[in-house]
Amino acid sequence: MGFRWRQFQQAVVSSQLWKSIFRVGIPNTNRKRVLAMLGNVVLHLHPVKTRKSGVKMRYTWCAGGITFFLFLVLTFTGLLLMFYYRPTVEYAFVDILDLREQVPFGIMREVHRWGAHAMVISVWIHMFRVFMTGSYKPPREFNWVIGVILLVLTLLLSFTGYLLPWDQLAIWAITVGSNMASATPLIGIQGPGTGLLKIGDIQLVTSTNDARFGLLGGRFVGAGALLRFYVLHCVGIPLVAAFLMAVHFWRVRKDGGISGPV
Amino acid sequence: MSTAPNRLPSSPPDVTLDGVTRRSTLKWMALAWTGFAAATVAGLTATVRFLFPNVLFEPPTRFKAGEPSTYSLGVDERWKERFGVWIVRDTNSIYALVAVCVHLGCTPNWLQAQNKFKCPCHGSGYYVSGINFEGPAPRPLERAEISVSPEDGQIIVDKAMRYLYERGQWSDPKAFIKMA
Repeated sequence: MGFRWRQFQQAVVSSQLWKSIFRVGIPNTNRKRVLAMLGNVVLHLHPVKTRKSGVKMRYTWCAGGITFFLFLVLTFTGLLLMFYYRPTVEYAFVDILDLREQVPFGIMREVHRWGAHAMVISVWIHMFRVFMTGSYKPPREFNWVIGVILLVLTLLLSFTGYLLPWDQLAIWAITVGSNMASATPLIGIQGPGTGLLKIGDIQLVTSTNDARFGLLGGRFVGAGALLRFYVLHCVGIPLVAAFLMAVHFWRVRKDGGISGPV
Repeated sequence: MSTAPNRLPSSPPDVTLDGVTRRSTLKWMALAWTGFAAATVAGLTATVRFLFPNVLFEPPTRFKAGEPSTYSLGVDERWKERFGVWIVRDTNSIYALVAVCVHLGCTPNWLQAQNKFKCPCHGSGYYVSGINFEGPAPRPLERAEISVSPEDGQIIVDKAMRYLYERGQWSDPKAFIKMA
């Protein structure tokens, strides 16, 4: 019996299928461990070696890791919500009610919402930690800038997602928020210098071609704004954020790993 | 001395490789890069322009609001829902107030009992005239252009034209209709 099992095991391990997946065999030496890490797209995302200080929770708070984890949670729950939610004036709000009242495990919507709040908080905590430990100093200054862009993208994700339930709070919050765009210099209708842009008596920047209009796809928060915010929330910003996260994590590694106590 | 052409010793020979000269290569490269840059600019311009539609599915800014005689003294809310405008009649004029709070752009409510406009977002308050008196509003409500159509005697309101109190524009003849 034991012999047959051994034989079976041997057959499996030496099969082409097995060897094509586990290329370096049992990682029982340091060399094999390194090769296993480097030869696998998922494993290579994590450094082969981690410094002892890198896993000290009291130093890093794992705030960046928590933020990334929340991003993954939000991507997953957001994808699920997309199966029910329709970004139109007619359906958006009733679909949210449907998710809350009728859809099995409609709590996914609450997970998405609370996860989003948590991500905004954790990304600020991450920034605070990096600041307090001086981890923005050379050679990490480039990654600090990438991180600031990611912070802004997180806030924009939060802002665009806020409109999607299409309730009174959402509509007026985005009305107030997007009014800031009309104060953009030169391209916002109320912005400084915009009044100077004219040919004869004709103003070049109007309420139908200024920055706020481009953001909302209309003169006020309506159907166009809902669709634009939906597309930005579900596709546009997450794609840019995911790319910059890859750069961010890559730079952490290239700049000497997670910073440790001096 | 007299037979050889006068040539600078440092001048490079026109290098050819299978008939391709340095000069023709540079010419083609310049043309290619210019074309590429032009295509990039055109593509980016098209992308930005794509985001600004020509046709809007929004209520028009200019609308007919019935005959002046259909308005009694006070604030009329019949056009607020659709066009975001209050038509107000006082003792000797009719004017159109734009129902957008000048603080941050919410829609105020008309409170008949308290005789004022009140914004639910941050509490700005305005008198019937549109002049602000409480809350964070920095200036009075805006008035829209208002006139009587010479054809059918109906009021025409044009929200695209605004008249601001702080610029002294409320006395402009297009900012109100004179009533006997």
